[in-house]
Amino acid sequence: MTTYYTKSHEWIRVDGEQATVGITTHASEELGELVFVEAKDEGTEVAAGDAAAVVESVKAASDIYAPVAGTLAGFNDALSDDPTLVGRDAEGEGWIFRMTVSNPDDLKGLLTAEQYKSL
Amino acid sequence: MSDSLQRTPLYDLNLELGAKMVPFAGFEMPIQFPAGLMAEHLHTREKAGLFDVSHMGQIRIAAKSGDVKDAAAALETLVPADYVGLAAGRQRYGLLTNEEGGILDDLMVANMGHDLLVVVNAGCKVQDADRIEAALSDRCVVTRQFDRGLMALQGPAAEAALAPLCPAVKDMRFMDVIETELATATGPVKVTVSRSGYTGEDGFEIGCAGADSEKIARAILAQPDVLPIGLGARDSLRLEAGLCLYGNDIDVTTTPVEASLGWAIQKARREGGSRAGGYPGAEVVLKQTRDGVSRRRVGLLAEGRAPVRAGAKLFADAEGQKEIGVVTSGAFGPSVKAPVAMGYVASDHAALDTPVFAELRGKYVPLHVRAMPFVAPGFKR
Repeated sequence: MTTYYTKSHEWIRVDGEQATVGITTHASEELGELVFVEAKDEGTEVAAGDAAAVVESVKAASDIYAPVAGTLAGFNDALSDDPTLVGRDAEGEGWIFRMTVSNPDDLKGLLTAEQYKSL
Repeated sequence: MSDSLQRTPLYDLNLELGAKMVPFAGFEMPIQFPAGLMAEHLHTREKAGLFDVSHMGQIRIAAKSGDVKDAAAALETLVPADYVGLAAGRQRYGLLTNEEGGILDDLMVANMGHDLLVVVNAGCKVQDADRIEAALSDRCVVTRQFDRGLMALQGPAAEAALAPLCPAVKDMRFMDVIETELATATGPVKVTVSRSGYTGEDGFEIGCAGADSEKIARAILAQPDVLPIGLGARDSLRLEAGLCLYGNDIDVTTTPVEASLGWAIQKARREGGSRAGGYPGAEVVLKQTRDGVSRRRVGLLAEGRAPVRAGAKLFADAEGQKEIGVVTSGAFGPSVKAPVAMGYVASDHAALDTPVFAELRGKYVPLHVRAMPFVAPGFKR
């Protein structure tokens, strides 16, 4: 499994074509405590950069973008009951959605952990 | 941040306290402190929070005759509130209206005994002072005190925190105003204190010389149970309290009647009252009071957890066929533990418990018209 990052502060953890997506710890700290998280329906096809989910703090809503093209494959239902899970473990239990990646080669255009850290 | 932004007298202290600063109404203001918006909001409802609101405008109006009633009568030509009947040491909310009955600003007016102390919104303060000066300068001396400090101490522990520094506050009731002294590390300083605020909680607003602001703030923050609170929590607190934000919920396109602020026009200024009308737009407001309006500001509570934000369109049906209004303020209410909002709806959909639907990311989420405030007020009557 390899984890890639985006400039818009998503992470994507990939195992073959199956991937899990969330927001980085840094992004979570910037947003503050979340009060609502919602992803588009399972089966929705997304292009790289399409809004695939939304996270909301008290003050504002922020889109979460698909890091690469693919098909949405499920939402982290635990976030429906407890959106604060993202703040406690943004890059683990606080994952937001799963997706099937259309073309694994697209991942090469994303950032490595080191590259993201140096932003 | 841009050099053109102004700073309040508490700028350095805000930074020292770890504030995240943002531009607001031409000022660099603290949006939140390290505790974060959610914790700051809940702390204010449970204990006490100190807010820097020095960006707001303080204006003094003194009658040339020396009689404060003459200043009050003069201000009544611009504001449809009863200020002639406002006793010394009392404060009252009001609205500056234009010729169409639209709202130019909302304000707090205090009878200080010898003159009036007016507090207006930061973004409107220059135009408000210009308007007041233009209309009143033949009878009154209008003094802009924009360099003064203003802070709000809000929450159930506010009195316990302020009284050791300023004992006179113990005897104040909601909307009382006094001039007194507040003890600081370098000795007592002069302050104006009102028992009012913008959170729905008991609390005080403290006006002072700009140069005294920091030592006052440090003295208050040294009291138990007091944390600094940013504008982010101020917004969610006032929304839960059902209070309007000028520029969002009221502006020149809304009248006091449409905004459900008819209570801010006391009996003496209404039809049949001893000083009915006599302010800009009075004909419009009197007619609307008599005949009704086509839309009204209402409180809205969502059924689900998705916050509905300002700008969301409102519909009568879940299919988005019949548009009936718009959300003007919306956020997640940390104390209500659910999304809270206010907005304007067609009057035939404004009755309590009427279901409405807000457009949200292509879906229509159910809400109901509900009574405001959304939290029980904590005022000391």
